[in-house]
Amino acid sequence: MSIFKRKRHSGIHYSGINPKGYHPSQIKFYLILLPLALFMLLPMAFIFSHAFKPPDELFAYPPRFFVINPTFKNFIDLFSKMSSSGVPVSRYLFNSIIITSVTIVASILVSSTAAYALSKKRFKLKKALFAINTVALMFVPIAVTIPRFLIIQKLGLMDTFWVHVLPALAMPVGLFLIKQFIDGIPDEIIEAARIDGANDLYIYFQIILPMIKPAIATIAILTFQATWNNADTSSLFINDESLKTFAFYLTTLTSTSAGANTVAGQGIAAAASLIMFLPNLIIFFFLQSQVMSTMAHSGLK
Amino acid sequence: MVNNHIQRESKFKLWLTKEGSAYGFISGYALMFIIFIVVPVLVAGLLSFTLFDTIQFPKFIGLKNYVTLLTQDDIFMKYVLPNTIEFAVIVGPGGYILSFILAWMLAQLPKLPRTIMALILYSPSMTSSVAMSVVWLTIFSGDQNGYLNSLMLNYNLIQEPIQWLQSPQYLMPIMIIVTLWSSMGVGFLAMLAGILEINPEMYEAGSLDGISNRFQEIIYITIPSMRPQMLFGAVMAIVATFQAGAIGVTLSGANPTPQYAGQLIVNHIEDYGFLRYEMGYAAAVSVVLLLMVLLFARVANSLFGSNE
Repeated sequence: MSIFKRKRHSGIHYSGINPKGYHPSQIKFYLILLPLALFMLLPMAFIFSHAFKPPDELFAYPPRFFVINPTFKNFIDLFSKMSSSGVPVSRYLFNSIIITSVTIVASILVSSTAAYALSKKRFKLKKALFAINTVALMFVPIAVTIPRFLIIQKLGLMDTFWVHVLPALAMPVGLFLIKQFIDGIPDEIIEAARIDGANDLYIYFQIILPMIKPAIATIAILTFQATWNNADTSSLFINDESLKTFAFYLTTLTSTSAGANTVAGQGIAAAASLIMFLPNLIIFFFLQSQVMSTMAHSGLK
Repeated sequence: MVNNHIQRESKFKLWLTKEGSAYGFISGYALMFIIFIVVPVLVAGLLSFTLFDTIQFPKFIGLKNYVTLLTQDDIFMKYVLPNTIEFAVIVGPGGYILSFILAWMLAQLPKLPRTIMALILYSPSMTSSVAMSVVWLTIFSGDQNGYLNSLMLNYNLIQEPIQWLQSPQYLMPIMIIVTLWSSMGVGFLAMLAGILEINPEMYEAGSLDGISNRFQEIIYITIPSMRPQMLFGAVMAIVATFQAGAIGVTLSGANPTPQYAGQLIVNHIEDYGFLRYEMGYAAAVSVVLLLMVLLFARVANSLFGSNE
């Protein structure tokens, strides 16, 4: 076992947790992680490759994983297509972009204001409310689809833009992560501002918000993923085709009734999948360091 | 009397200036939280004691839905419950342990390769089952043109193409693999961050205390030092597991899934709620699901929760 023992007493360490550079002891981890990462990458590489395949490659036998003659044909077909009910595909995409943007902004505002109060304000129900939210981390939305359906019906939210936005704002994980992050800001900063005569709004906008950018980035990503990928809202609560989302449109392409395996369908579905997937990746890529620094505060005690 | 009134009013004003703004800040979130989480859970609880077909007003029938669920619902007892438990036990703890091991191994690498690989491992979890269904349907397609079939035919592993997603014996394993593939989510990132946060001096102290290998180090130092992140990761894993229930229907393209092979409790709710309109009964199943989540979370809490 002594080979596992590491030198940790030197100033700059090259082995062990969070090393500063390469060390031979890391080889064994690369040997496990690299093949695994490549394997996990395959389905995503497949979306990329598939989306750019011309029809003869999509249906070639034997099927090929990688595209040989990439073409934008699938994307052009996708956007020149109307759904079966006459709504152009660009409309679904437009809906998704607007809905996702509005939801992200609203979610940041709603969660961060609540988190500020739960972290820095003093009031009676503070502990109880945070405890309730912590229990709600275990909430599985899919379990209460039916009561939600009934409530949304009663509130007259069916077939409205807001039904896409409002349910997404109740995100216990979001509130939890921001609150934990704000806990890391020393109370003295806020007390000092208060002595200088700052009110709550000033403190929230001018002091708290600029200091919790990583947490906000994290909430933005989580909200983005939940909203952008959401097809259920459109299928359950929206009848008006022109209010449905791109994710929903994709489900109509892949459901067996619409014929995922028809010649035209597959190329379009692959292109649409890539459009669904790519923004997730891009956003996370740019915000990942912020997310990691938020996650350091994520502990549940 | 007047005096009293003034006193009360000033008390209210005092409260308003002291605590009012706090409640103001919370109000937006609280409202959404109540409407879309608290009330639905309460309504599910209430409806579970009723007969409700969405047209007539719910009729109170006591525990009958639960009794039926436990004694007469053959599909629930024979397929849904065993499937859900199998799926949850493998995907939940399995995905969780996998997340921890991968996070721990990533933490042994320098920042750049670590970040790149963390991005790769995390990215499946941000793909929606919707976006990925195209991939799975193509890979597991039942004709000889399916990628897996073609590959296996090519190497003579099989003689005939297999209907992967329509065969009861393959659907569940495929569901598990697909879900595990996407299980390195928020909890994984939290655990990775947790491991990186541990003070290196802890390890030095540990080696002085006689910890001699990496495995002991994980058990005695790493995990105890990051219990809060372990618990957070566990809760996220549990939620993701039960939330992933729709995967069988997405893959097979049908609810119920072929011979109920991939039928999970979530599909059962949908089946009764939206296909048969037996909302009261579906609500009872929802309550059972919520209780299962709580049960799993309790186990996680007893493993990693603080002892105070």
